[in-house]
Amino acid sequence: MDTNFNDITAGMLKIISDYDETTGFKGAYNIREDSSCAGRQSSKNITINSKTDKPGIDIIVKPNTKGETVYIPACVTHSDVDDLVYNDFYIGKNADVIIVAGCGVHNEGEEDARHNGIHRFFLDEGASVVYKEKHIGTGNGKGLKKIDPVTECFLKKNSRLEMDTIQLGGVDRSTRTTSAELAEGAKIIVRERIMTDNEEDAVTKFSVKLNGEDSGADLVSRSVARGNSHQAFYSVVEGNARCTGHSACDAIIAENGRVDAQPALNASNVDAELIHEAAIGKIAGEQLLKLCSLGLTREQAEEKIIEGFLRY
Amino acid sequence: MLEIKDLCWTTSDKNEILKGVSFKTSGALTVITGPNGGGKTSLAKLIAGVEQPTSGQILLDGEDITALSVTERANKGVAYAFQQPVRFKGITVRDLLELAAKEKTGYKGYCDLLGKVGLCAEEYIDREMSSALSGGEAKRIEIATVLARRARLSVFDEPEAGIDLWSFSRLVETFEEIRKESAGELIVISHQERILKIADTIIVIADGKIRVSGPRDEILPQLMQGEYTCSCPKRC
Repeated sequence: MDTNFNDITAGMLKIISDYDETTGFKGAYNIREDSSCAGRQSSKNITINSKTDKPGIDIIVKPNTKGETVYIPACVTHSDVDDLVYNDFYIGKNADVIIVAGCGVHNEGEEDARHNGIHRFFLDEGASVVYKEKHIGTGNGKGLKKIDPVTECFLKKNSRLEMDTIQLGGVDRSTRTTSAELAEGAKIIVRERIMTDNEEDAVTKFSVKLNGEDSGADLVSRSVARGNSHQAFYSVVEGNARCTGHSACDAIIAENGRVDAQPALNASNVDAELIHEAAIGKIAGEQLLKLCSLGLTREQAEEKIIEGFLRY
Repeated sequence: MLEIKDLCWTTSDKNEILKGVSFKTSGALTVITGPNGGGKTSLAKLIAGVEQPTSGQILLDGEDITALSVTERANKGVAYAFQQPVRFKGITVRDLLELAAKEKTGYKGYCDLLGKVGLCAEEYIDREMSSALSGGEAKRIEIATVLARRARLSVFDEPEAGIDLWSFSRLVETFEEIRKESAGELIVISHQERILKIADTIIVIADGKIRVSGPRDEILPQLMQGEYTCSCPKRC
């Protein structure tokens, strides 16, 4: 294993990608630190190459690859960094892999620190991907910590993409833009959890086009906005064939937190079945009472309720 | 031992719910019964600290707990099973049982607890305590969280409501076991004859007042004969 990264990155890797200092990553990985490569390894079935025309990498998974995990974390560890990276994932026919991404931004300085990862997923027929992404901001600098991921997904026949994304906290500004186009029988499942506090602002934009017969999308966003933070959830699900689409935004607001939810469903086929659910509110008083009746203080009860809400 | 002294509770919209209720528990199992709307659930909430009385006192083993919060009462050994189970998103049955027991009880512990309410741990332990559970399932889990606490005083508000006959039978057995083992004191609000039959003491509440109280053998026959079925002072 050939890696070369600083202690801040080491700390953040443990949080965002379950990095083990002793064993390192097993299999293919690419670690990005402050706009440079801090370690890379390909495996027999997963090849990682640098792009030649712009910053970023191509991750190529061979057809029929099963049970492998590829790690592609990115860290920004100081102020005045504006990291832009283009990562393209080519998932071969009938492959079934896990991709662990994740981003940490640490800022102790006056200037902003930002990571902007533009990811494109090309899933071949029958391919299946579980994509895990955790975001965190750390450090007490006045400069903002920003993470703005853009994800474009292209799913061929009968492929499946499951995205599990978490914003753990400390990210001052975040705009997460995800779009997907699905062919026949393809499925996309998105589970997003966002925690904001203080003056943080997080925006989520989903756009899914269900173009193929029997394609399906299930988007669920759970968020907690505390302090003076603000979150916005925008989703557009287009049903252009016989398909099923479900999107849900479920939010808890506390203190002066604010959440906007603007879902949209567009159907252009009579057999498109599209549903949206949205709920925004404070923690229910009866939930607090129940946990207090088990001996928890009000503060402990709130933490437990939020922890559970964001866990699912 | 629980002692209630001249407890009154008037809601913020001036509805007088309890009008000077006083009693002292004697025995391990006290059943509070009476017509709907008589103040039984309100009394249970006041004991648990969910509501605060307008006046009067609540004493647990001689200590005045009237001004204590729900949390403080819980930590003094008061447990309360809500009449309507509370649902959560993301919190599992395991989470609730661990919080209630203050420890990880292990799989056998969960099995024992859930078995007491007629549920199988394998099927339920990792399920979310959410609206995906039926009313009866949620009710039984609510009861299990109270059993897990092994409290000095456990208050159950209509534990039979919404649960099936078989689970109810198992629950009655559990109450009997607790009573025999002297493992804490039980106050059960119930209309069920099977629960009334295992009571040490029965208290009948109607129209915010205690109509009658006493040992089971004295009160139950009167109840069976249709006494106290109407809260009208002249009995219609």
